[in-house]
Amino acid sequence: MEQTPSKSLLEVENLRVYFPVKGPLIERLFQRNKNFVHAVDGVSFALKPGEIFGLVGESGCGKTTTGRAVLRLLDPTSGSIKFEGINITRLKEERLRLLRTRMQIIFQDPHASLNPAMSIGRAIGHPLKIHGLAWREEDVKKEVLVAMREVGLTPEEQLYDMYPSDVSGGQKQRAVIARAMILKPQLIVADEPVAMLDMSIRAKVLGLMLDLKKKYNLTYLFITHDLATAKFLCDRIAIMYLGRIVETGLASEIYKDPKHPYTRALLQAIPVPDPRRRSPKILPKGEVPDAIFPPMGCRFHPRCPAVLPTCGWEGRDFVDYLEERRTDLEKAKVDEINLGPLELWRARGLVVERPCEPERVRAITEYVKSILNEAPTPLAQAVERVKNVENKLVIEFRVPDPLAPKEVERRLVECLLY
Amino acid sequence: MTRLNPLMTIENHFIETIREHQRVSRQEALARAETALASMRVPKSRIQNYPHEFSGGMRQRIMIALALVLNPSLLVADEPTTSLDVIVEAQILEILEDLKRRYKMSLLLITHNLGIVAEVCDRVAVFYAGKIVEIGSVDDIFNRPVHPYTRLLLQSIIHLSTKELHSIDGVPPDLVSPPSGCRFHPRCPYAQPMCREKIPPLEQFRPDQLAACHFGKDFL
Repeated sequence: MEQTPSKSLLEVENLRVYFPVKGPLIERLFQRNKNFVHAVDGVSFALKPGEIFGLVGESGCGKTTTGRAVLRLLDPTSGSIKFEGINITRLKEERLRLLRTRMQIIFQDPHASLNPAMSIGRAIGHPLKIHGLAWREEDVKKEVLVAMREVGLTPEEQLYDMYPSDVSGGQKQRAVIARAMILKPQLIVADEPVAMLDMSIRAKVLGLMLDLKKKYNLTYLFITHDLATAKFLCDRIAIMYLGRIVETGLASEIYKDPKHPYTRALLQAIPVPDPRRRSPKILPKGEVPDAIFPPMGCRFHPRCPAVLPTCGWEGRDFVDYLEERRTDLEKAKVDEINLGPLELWRARGLVVERPCEPERVRAITEYVKSILNEAPTPLAQAVERVKNVENKLVIEFRVPDPLAPKEVERRLVECLLY
Repeated sequence: MTRLNPLMTIENHFIETIREHQRVSRQEALARAETALASMRVPKSRIQNYPHEFSGGMRQRIMIALALVLNPSLLVADEPTTSLDVIVEAQILEILEDLKRRYKMSLLLITHNLGIVAEVCDRVAVFYAGKIVEIGSVDDIFNRPVHPYTRLLLQSIIHLSTKELHSIDGVPPDLVSPPSGCRFHPRCPYAQPMCREKIPPLEQFRPDQLAACHFGKDFL
């Protein structure tokens, strides 16, 4: 066990979590290079004791996977996780269990995180027994009742023997919080703790979390897709997109002046509950791409409103451009006559190619060049050359500029604009 | 998003819908489908794909195209963006607003998200426990709400300018045996004995604003 002096409670460095893609058996037997979902792909951050750190992003960005991996509920593929200076990345289960009392998790769905056959009181006291902190029934009960009062689960004597199905969603989530709190942890990973609750009671549960934090100097890793809640609650936030952190810093500064185009897009997209503030929005196009084959360079480049020619354009972006043209019925007709079906194109890394009959090579090349002229400028400028090789038309993109988090006005931003 | 039949191609969804209502040839139906899909930015080349081959946002755009292909004068959109991410949600809302403007179509939008109401709607009805408690223009409801539930609900939303948290005491009621009188009375901080006994009718408080509260006048 290596001990390093550090002021951070939790230090995550270059964390990667990949999940193998399960295909049909035959494919698994014969395919040599397996595919992976790149759920978390090189994420670093640190939590100071007593702070609320928000991991914010849309579904599929890897925030939940990150939260589970830092508690070792999932095994990281690579990178390192240090808790109180102890490297726990590969720590054995027995050693890890000793630390588990100090790091707990609150899951999103309170209905699914309580055993329906276990009474509320027993569920809250269960961690004490698992970790051998109390054995005698009356000792356990005494501590449970205190914890229940603490989270506002009252009248506690009555609720103690009730089952999850007898109580409301808000009460269930309070029970889940009590169960996490009963071990007196330092770190709580809260994964969308109010997303499943009715709007009218969310504030109560968040208020409770804030009270507990103040009272016990807790540290929260708060995972959410809701930027408004994160703004209200968090001291610092990290915005995630497709397995990467694109911007980290003080919540107050990021919300006042977001630097990464993705952060800007997210903040602009939130509907504002004030009819006097309706305004047109500049939205990124399309949706979050597949994490099995994430885009080259900056993962946001195919959707980015501020994209540059050096951000990571690659072969398949050209095929996507051709497909987008087909949503315009006029262009679709002409493209179909000149280029035929989209399936003829094969994209591989920076290259995209299409077989061509020798007599049509010239015409097709000219046509491709003409539609590249109509393409968005950054895409067109990223094309290094269009050439003919053995009855094939080949388009080559230039190598993207290297991308790394940079310090911009007291925060880290991963974007070539800076 | 899960309303599309997983065993049917997009093309067949459209042909079935169109030919169920109008006597047109397959070719004609297909041509209309292509136009409708193109207006929702779904490429023609994917018309023979199955629903699972599309992303969530794309599927929702296909659903909208399918709803529009018969040129309806009313579109009911039931939580059209609830399972979508915020950026795709904004894209879909933009489409709905654009349709409303371009085709003078009426839109009945069902949602729990007050931000969406403020951005898209002209008028709004607030429901509580199976009853409309307040109905009026978006401007009135958001800026001058009358019913205590509307007022407390608006306060409890967490948005980007939230400075402190508010919530409504109690929990949403059980509809098997709903509360007597005003259904909100057990959670209402202003409730009087009368609220438990008498069901409040929807009454007019402003030219375009009705609310069901015995003490609505006090909140004007």
